[in-house]
Amino acid sequence: MKQALTGNEAAAIAAKLARVKVISAYPITPQTAVVERLAEFVANGELDAEFIKVESEHSALSACIGAAATGTRTFTATSSQGLMLMSEMLFVASGLRLPIVMANANRSLSAPLSIWCDQQDSMAVRDSGWVQLYCENNQEVLDSVLQAYRVAEELLLPVMVCFDGFILSHTAEPVDIPGQAEVDEFLPPYKLPNPLDPCRPVTMGPVGVPECYEEFRCMLQEATRASKEKLIEVGRAFWKHFRRRYGLIERYRSNDADVLLLTMGSLGSSAKDIVDSYRKRGEKVGLVRVRSFRPFPVKELIDALGSAKAVSVLEKDVSPGSAGALFLDTAAAFINVKRAPLMLDFICGLGGRDVSSLHIREAVRAATRAAEIGEVRKAVRWLGLREKLVGLRI
Amino acid sequence: MSENVKSLVDVPTEEFLLPGHAACAGCGSTLALRLTLKALGKNTIVTIPASCVSVIQGPFPLSSIAVPVLNVALPATGAVISGMEAVFRFRKEKRKIVVLGFGGDGATADIGLQTLSGAFERGHGIVYVCHDNEAYMNTGIQRSSATPFGAWTTTTPIGRYGAGKRHFKKDMPAIFAAHRIPCIATASVAYPLDLMQKLKRAQAVGGPAYVHIHCPCPPGWRFPPSQTIKLARLAVGTGMWVLYEIENGDPSTLRITVRPSKRRPVAEYLRAQGRFQHLPEREIRQIQKFVDENCERLGLEVARAR
Ligand SMILES: Cc1ncc(C[n+]2csc(CCOP(=O)(O)OP(=O)(O)O)c2C)c(N)n1
Repeated sequence: MKQALTGNEAAAIAAKLARVKVISAYPITPQTAVVERLAEFVANGELDAEFIKVESEHSALSACIGAAATGTRTFTATSSQGLMLMSEMLFVASGLRLPIVMANANRSLSAPLSIWCDQQDSMAVRDSGWVQLYCENNQEVLDSVLQAYRVAEELLLPVMVCFDGFILSHTAEPVDIPGQAEVDEFLPPYKLPNPLDPCRPVTMGPVGVPECYEEFRCMLQEATRASKEKLIEVGRAFWKHFRRRYGLIERYRSNDADVLLLTMGSLGSSAKDIVDSYRKRGEKVGLVRVRSFRPFPVKELIDALGSAKAVSVLEKDVSPGSAGALFLDTAAAFINVKRAPLMLDFICGLGGRDVSSLHIREAVRAATRAAEIGEVRKAVRWLGLREKLVGLRI
Repeated sequence: MSENVKSLVDVPTEEFLLPGHAACAGCGSTLALRLTLKALGKNTIVTIPASCVSVIQGPFPLSSIAVPVLNVALPATGAVISGMEAVFRFRKEKRKIVVLGFGGDGATADIGLQTLSGAFERGHGIVYVCHDNEAYMNTGIQRSSATPFGAWTTTTPIGRYGAGKRHFKKDMPAIFAAHRIPCIATASVAYPLDLMQKLKRAQAVGGPAYVHIHCPCPPGWRFPPSQTIKLARLAVGTGMWVLYEIENGDPSTLRITVRPSKRRPVAEYLRAQGRFQHLPEREIRQIQKFVDENCERLGLEVARAR
């Protein structure tokens, strides 16, 4: 059934279709509608679940942890400051290997206070041991939440489904809502191997002395690496059930491209339009969109980007004093590869700044120029910066 | 175990805190844990925030606690047990599983106060025990808001401009009484039957229950490990710690459960501990006044011995 849904509604409906048993969340713009929708579903009996209306995001995730440790399917959603407040518990959740699924409507971080979109919030917790998926549209939001449970429960890893605040969270698009029976077939009930149960006492999360802590971290690393295969496998199963295809990355007219754009999230769809207009003029421009940022698809990116001359990364985050996270990881992917494209990083769209077609074209032009002269003069740049406003010379 | 713990014969022999744990000699918190688990029995799941108990239970792969344990971050306990209790409510669990939080005074009165307040406000069927050793002991004796006035800790040192903690102990049971939860009780490791009786009641009420246990700490309070029970008893005997229970936060239900026949001067209690050795007479009088007022407020009207 097709219906016009915002990203927030898509996330809430996906959680309902996943038959989550415990929801615990706290409102924050732009995610609030997820919380409200789920509260409605529970209140009107559409969803048989406990909704714990906690007093903070730290508690939202903590409550999910307590519930998940007994072997229950849980869901939470947040944004920005909320994700920051959760950060302590993000590591606890992944360390305890609890398959919690979270929707994060990407929003910038204070200060200055901004409720608008960028991806700094989830980037700030990229090392928390959560699988991170970034969605291009609202259909992908719904589909990714369903896939997230499969990946999470089969590998005992928490998964964060990220979608751009306002751009997706508040924009209605036609979304195909699968039927409950189909979803039940795709996503059966799950059983945690060693839940907390008085019949069979276990201890979770005790002190890990230096002789064993590293092994626990390594096991988490291995499970997250294995989640690549799992995401692909679950993507295939999803195709079988719902006829929509998902992988770790999406390639758009990229096979023969000399110049490639690389991005995540909703920027992918804007970039596709620009790619089309270049292609119309016969210029070999393409796009690669990273869907899975954790695990990072190293092999897939080497394949997809390796034969291009230059790549412009467009990203809505920055690690001050270094560069954007997507650029850094992509550059690192090519560290031991003989043939690597030139790479440029464009920081853009921070705090809800609109990324226009002009900006995206600027990134294409810069990559084209780099390809021509065979070098990159300045690797990290800002797009659409109002330099005069702050007296900066970038 | 019968519903009442009136005498030693009512106390179960079964232990859920096993020998070989890593506690210091004379640890009050460990005794509190042992008695709590004894009272609540095998259908208990205990959630433990960072504290001495994280260490006491033993590091991976060892464990000295024979019921399921979930170790979590210092501020999180109230919310974690909310989530766990919600599951059992959702599942309409037939077994009476006790969802227990067991945190120190720091986890309870300071960093975890918000999550606990939230859990109590939402009315989850949980039992929360605060083992109050009156400082952050796991990190090496720093003051908490439950540290008593005048006490030396490593963050309230004695020096030219320092004379121990300058603020009085935060009244946690009163704060939770304001949440109108069905069961609030104070307890002491020196009165094990009273303690277990209160936990039995906490288990029975079905709504949120809060039991605050006074737990002397030999290294933190600076006294010999052989004196733990004596000191705990002296705290009650001087009125420094009063044993009572309150229903639904209603002051008219406040019931003193252990009434010392004659209240001893607080100086006896203070002088027995290294952490109070620096106190001048003036401050001991100040503490005595505070304790007198508190006892009067709680209705502990016994004559004070001279
Ligand atoms: C967020 C956070 N801050 C600080 C700590 C360090 N820490 C671990 S245990 C502890 C003291 C806890 O004190 P209390 O709750 O009184 O328990 P006790 O150690 O006395 O058993 C502290 C400060 C921590 N684990 N987490």
